[in-house]
Amino acid sequence: MDAKVETRRLAFYYGEHQVLKNIGMKIAGNQVTAFIGPSGCGKSTFLRVLNRMNDVIPGARLEGEVLLDGRNIYAPGVDVVEVRRKVGMVFQQPNPFPKTIYDNVAFGPRVLGLNHKASLDEVVERSLRAAALWDEVKDHLGQSGLALSGGQQQRLCIARALAVEPEVVLMDEPCSALDPQSTLKIEELMDTLKKRYTIVIVTHNMQQAARVSDWTGFLLLGGLVEYGKTTEVFSRPKDRRTEEYITGRFG
Amino acid sequence: MSASTTQKLAMTGVWTGGAVTVLILLVVIGYVLVQGVPHVGWSFLTTEPKGGLEAEGGISTVIVTTIYLVAVTMGILIPLGVGAGIYLAEYAVDSRFTRIVRYGVETLAGVPSIVFGLFGFALFVTALSLNFSILAGALTLVCLLLPTLIRTSEEALKAVPRSHREAAFALGATKWQTIWRVVIPAAVPGIVTGVILCIGRAVEETACLYVTLGGSAGMPSSLLSGGRTLSLHVFYLATETNVFEKAMATGAVLIMTVIIINAITNFISHRYYARMAGGNQ
Repeated sequence: MDAKVETRRLAFYYGEHQVLKNIGMKIAGNQVTAFIGPSGCGKSTFLRVLNRMNDVIPGARLEGEVLLDGRNIYAPGVDVVEVRRKVGMVFQQPNPFPKTIYDNVAFGPRVLGLNHKASLDEVVERSLRAAALWDEVKDHLGQSGLALSGGQQQRLCIARALAVEPEVVLMDEPCSALDPQSTLKIEELMDTLKKRYTIVIVTHNMQQAARVSDWTGFLLLGGLVEYGKTTEVFSRPKDRRTEEYITGRFG
Repeated sequence: MSASTTQKLAMTGVWTGGAVTVLILLVVIGYVLVQGVPHVGWSFLTTEPKGGLEAEGGISTVIVTTIYLVAVTMGILIPLGVGAGIYLAEYAVDSRFTRIVRYGVETLAGVPSIVFGLFGFALFVTALSLNFSILAGALTLVCLLLPTLIRTSEEALKAVPRSHREAAFALGATKWQTIWRVVIPAAVPGIVTGVILCIGRAVEETACLYVTLGGSAGMPSSLLSGGRTLSLHVFYLATETNVFEKAMATGAVLIMTVIIINAITNFISHRYYARMAGGNQ
């Protein structure tokens, strides 16, 4: 497999509490990779390790390596801002800024120093189109992002993440706060987005993992129990615990 | 006692408390306005006070001094207070030092204003030779109001949800970009509330200005001129002249000023908030 992201002997601690244990795996480029597992298994922490979002948490400590295109993003001297620009993130709760739709999408490019009006206009339109939101909002870009429905807000957050042209997009249970209709839209979107981006999604919802992903990892108590092609993991799980989880015997 | 009786008693108690508060407020404001407003006219607002036991003339210089003093005070206070609030909310780790700073801020907020006045008199008026002046008064007011503004700004910034910060970080924003472009704009309504509170207190403050601003009724010509604000003027009129109605008239102007300041700032921050929080533009 051609690895876009790779972890080696990855361990993660909050203070004394070990949240991730010795995770070594490769995530393929231009594919959707899903992580499933019961609450508290460390799947969100794992996702946040991939763009160093845990850096700010006091007492957090990481061992091992996380490679993006073969370069360790935790190596000394690596610019965390650069890492996050390449590895974008969409959160569980839609969290648009209390700004206009336009300013939400333009936020990332502006932070990177793009101020030219015509270029910004172009980025905003391209990103909103990529997030399948353009047609719904093109006539009121000056409206607050918070005035949109939940599903639209989440697509706005996806557009906002895409506007900085990341290579990898992390999605932390992006549909858990949404209705089925909006969920469907976002799932369809993932299928389109993987042509240009590498998508890593954490989900509570096994059916969702089965529907949208090419690869699935099953995390339990901070360890990666099973990882493989989604079709394999769901039809012929190798580990008994995986089988028990996906057949709903615990979770 | 049955639950429904307790409920009724509690409701009556709470309702009475609320009603009495509103009543006191209305009586005080109503009394001052009824007594004062008939004496407020265009000429009262635009002529200089002439002094004397009958306090001939109006309050034009006093209005100018008040505006001057509040502007200078806020000009120094806002950057300092909001800056310290940003430091405490965003940068300060929980250490011995920051605990001492917070404790100091809280203690200062409880110190009577005349004590700040004495401090201002000793430091600004005497030691720094600013004499009785707008600058000395403003610096003293800054010391008096800093704790309030620091606290309200800190609270407003802390109330901005963590999810906004995370979203900005995830887009590659630096800490300062996140604070400047996301956190502060979202905290503006809260910070504005703190600023209104401080403007109100600057306008109404007398004790600490009595010993730093002097009491000259003339038109201020520079930062180093002495002067008297509306509230000081009320004090002088009430204690040194025979024209109580002029004190009331000045008091009425004072009250209306505060009400207008509140209304304007509320309007601005509501509009700002409504625009950003959704709904129509």
